Amino acid sequence: MTTLPASTQKKLGLVIDLDTCVGCHACVISCKGWNTENYGAPLSDMDAYGGEPEGTFLNRVHSFEVAREDAAPVVVHFPKSCLHCDDAPCVTVCPTGASYKRTEDGIVLVNESDCIGCGLCAWACPYGAREMDASEKVMKKCTLCVDRIYNENLPEEDREPACVRTCPAGARHFGDFADPDSHVSRLTAERGGFDLMPEQGTKPVNKYLPPRGRDTLDVPDLASLCEPQTDQAKGFLGWLDRALERL
Amino acid sequence: MHPAPSLILFTVLSGTGFGLLVWLGLGLAAPVGVAAFMLFGLGYALSGAGLIAAAFHLGHPERALKAFTQWRSSWLSREAVLASATMAIMAPHAASSVFAGTPLPLFGWLGAVLALVTIFATAMIYTQIKAVPRWRHWSTPPVFVLAALAGGALLAAQSTLALLLMLALGVAMVTHWVIGDRQFTEAGSDTGTATGLGGLGKVRLLEPPHSGRNYLLREMVHVVGRKHAYKLRIIALATGVLIPVALLLILPLGYATIALALILHLAGMAAQRWLFFAEAEHVVGLYYGKR
Repeated sequence: MTTLPASTQKKLGLVIDLDTCVGCHACVISCKGWNTENYGAPLSDMDAYGGEPEGTFLNRVHSFEVAREDAAPVVVHFPKSCLHCDDAPCVTVCPTGASYKRTEDGIVLVNESDCIGCGLCAWACPYGAREMDASEKVMKKCTLCVDRIYNENLPEEDREPACVRTCPAGARHFGDFADPDSHVSRLTAERGGFDLMPEQGTKPVNKYLPPRGRDTLDVPDLASLCEPQTDQAKGFLGWLDRALERL
Repeated sequence: MHPAPSLILFTVLSGTGFGLLVWLGLGLAAPVGVAAFMLFGLGYALSGAGLIAAAFHLGHPERALKAFTQWRSSWLSREAVLASATMAIMAPHAASSVFAGTPLPLFGWLGAVLALVTIFATAMIYTQIKAVPRWRHWSTPPVFVLAALAGGALLAAQSTLALLLMLALGVAMVTHWVIGDRQFTEAGSDTGTATGLGGLGKVRLLEPPHSGRNYLLREMVHVVGRKHAYKLRIIALATGVLIPVALLLILPLGYATIALALILHLAGMAAQRWLFFAEAEHVVGLYYGKR
């Protein structure tokens, strides 16, 4: 049923630390690796060895530059996947009931055998978290590795999403946001975790942690040293500068 | 948004078909016998052809019947249910007009109301999407409803009604364009809110996540068509509204005049619908440094 549950028992999701992420794209690859051979249809690639390769990915890393006033710009690597929103617009638009949010843990999933591939859910998502697979013609999205996190055939340390398990920088954290004492809830509270595009009213579960403040170096303004320093020119050049100034 | 030909065909053809069914149901045009066969046939053929064109847009058309289940929450599902209900309820009225020569006004009126709500439901599929600010506005449904009713009135050869509806449509189209141009800014989404980094400074994309294209960019970031947006608006307004209105006023009224006006009107509506998609910017473009 594509009506959203009024509340969910757990609110499983991710915390992504924009301060720690180094932009290595390991989460992108491990996500594709796990999800192409487990839950649902594989994640196809088109023209994989040709001139214009492209494929279905459930997680992608963008890199942004933040230009600050009176300070050096900051580069922020920005992994983006489904935010498992509490008020998920992608779920309610689905005409077949293929798209749903689970009452027990809040994960937003697609039942691929019910998906007609109309693409309306991808339109409804402001974050670009859903991609239609070009080969299977069904909608693919992050499952929060639903086939890992409860999988008792895996060693306990592997029962978390592939992206979290693989992140070499420890920039991704998985947990239950409904529990105020969970690792992810405490991280969000301590570091000022925020929502993406709150004005869209989607109430995302996943939170992002802002980059920490940068150190300031106690030296004179280095940028100004790059300017041509004609007033300090000596000798012949100094004379030439003064003479040309007087003209 | 990508202006998919199947969606343009669907919204224009099935809209006009349901518009015709509204007038036939209300009895404004009350043909019997062969004339009824032609007109009801046209109404059913157009709305049906539109629905088939829409099915071609699907990745899995063989599962299309599942789309009738989620009418409680989904406008797309509601549209499927309403479209089928319209055709079913209108059928006794149509059959009786054709074969017995007696319209059945009760079925006709009920069918007309359903046809009108179907057109509205089509518009709501787009209007509901908050991620596309240009569509998310009260000015979107009037364009769809008036376009369908005007096209339907032309098909039913109701020239005065068509003339008035086309003028109203012109106003609705211009309103939708003018308000639509402000919508993205008013929605308040920019790269700063998309990344949550806007408080730190001015955010710009440094590196996209991949060197090639992807589904999201193809489907939702369509920047090519907007270059000629203003010219296309004038073409849509002229061929869809102004020239057909002028033809109805100047030329002697007859089937030839109405047919000419109809062809121009439909061409104009195709241009309008193309722009409706091509001009609409999805907020996901902000993650790609594009709008």
